[in-house]
Amino acid sequence: MITAERKPMEEIIASVRPYNRILLVGCNECVTVCAAGGRKEVGILSSALQMAFMQEGKTLDIKELTLERQCDPEYVEELVTVIDQADAVLSMACGCGVQEVARRYKDKPVYPALNTKFMGASERQGVWAERCQGCGDCILGLTGGICPVARCSKRLLNGPCGGSTAGKCEISQDVDCVWQLIWDRMKALGIENRYEEVMMAKDWRSSRDGGPRKIIREDLV
Amino acid sequence: MKDFEPVIVAFCCHYCAYTAADMAGSKRIAYPANVKIIRVPCSGKVDTIHIMKALENGADGVYVAGCLEGDCHFKNGNLRALQRVKQVQALLEEICIEPERVEMVTMSAGMGERFAKAAFEITEKIRKLGPNPSKAAMEKAKAA
Repeated sequence: MITAERKPMEEIIASVRPYNRILLVGCNECVTVCAAGGRKEVGILSSALQMAFMQEGKTLDIKELTLERQCDPEYVEELVTVIDQADAVLSMACGCGVQEVARRYKDKPVYPALNTKFMGASERQGVWAERCQGCGDCILGLTGGICPVARCSKRLLNGPCGGSTAGKCEISQDVDCVWQLIWDRMKALGIENRYEEVMMAKDWRSSRDGGPRKIIREDLV
Repeated sequence: MKDFEPVIVAFCCHYCAYTAADMAGSKRIAYPANVKIIRVPCSGKVDTIHIMKALENGADGVYVAGCLEGDCHFKNGNLRALQRVKQVQALLEEICIEPERVEMVTMSAGMGERFAKAAFEITEKIRKLGPNPSKAAMEKAKAA
């Protein structure tokens, strides 16, 4: 899922300060799962904003709404009935959702309430960790299902480096050396001979280095 | 400020704190009428949003009362509640509201005295802090 965290209140307050009528829009997908921008977080932020402005003797007209998916035009269309009642939109979706609302409602200022972080998985309740960088050319089949692109601090394709100590990365004792994990997994699967295969330099053009990416499925267009 | 009577919302778990409040009543132990009790199945049921909405709607203080540590009927609901209280405190600090307005207390079902003591102490603490700044500012703005 795409993970995100709420921005500091100071930044959110500053972004909506010029407005009186705020449409606070959450998203029922990834940001709900990572407890950053779902229905509940929309309610909490609404309360916090209201209390912050009440201290200045002002109440905001906040309309709370949580869309099924803020990155899809058909769901963003649902805002059409309420958008005119708002001076600005405060989006609690990931960057994709914020941009979709901005694209559809061109005359309405849209502000992000979240910092979108990474594509990650849930390690346990309340803990999410980066797992994929969307490099566009998956090598998980070569690395025992553990990604060195997303999880090696140096993105080494032929690791580990000299900074690997007792299974930990030199950047922090809290970060596993992914190449240690890959080796352990390959050994467990009995395919450690594959570790000897040298991986060629990766063509990063399939990643962000090739510019903004797009997928076109002719059968669905 | 002199006539200020705080409104305090207490989320009390069914198995311990609410029963302790009941015990206080049975033992004829008085506690401040400022405390409005909301019974919840477990203190772990209390979410950030419940505390925030209570404050937004005019509570001057909110506390969550659960079972003693290690004695939660649902194993660790009281520990979860404590984490949520801490989360609300951090959020309140961000919007310049005293985090002390929110608190977690624990007690067993038999601790009627402790329930009453907590109710007294929290009421007095909030009385000293004064009204919820959001509510106070709005009342001032309306009066002006």
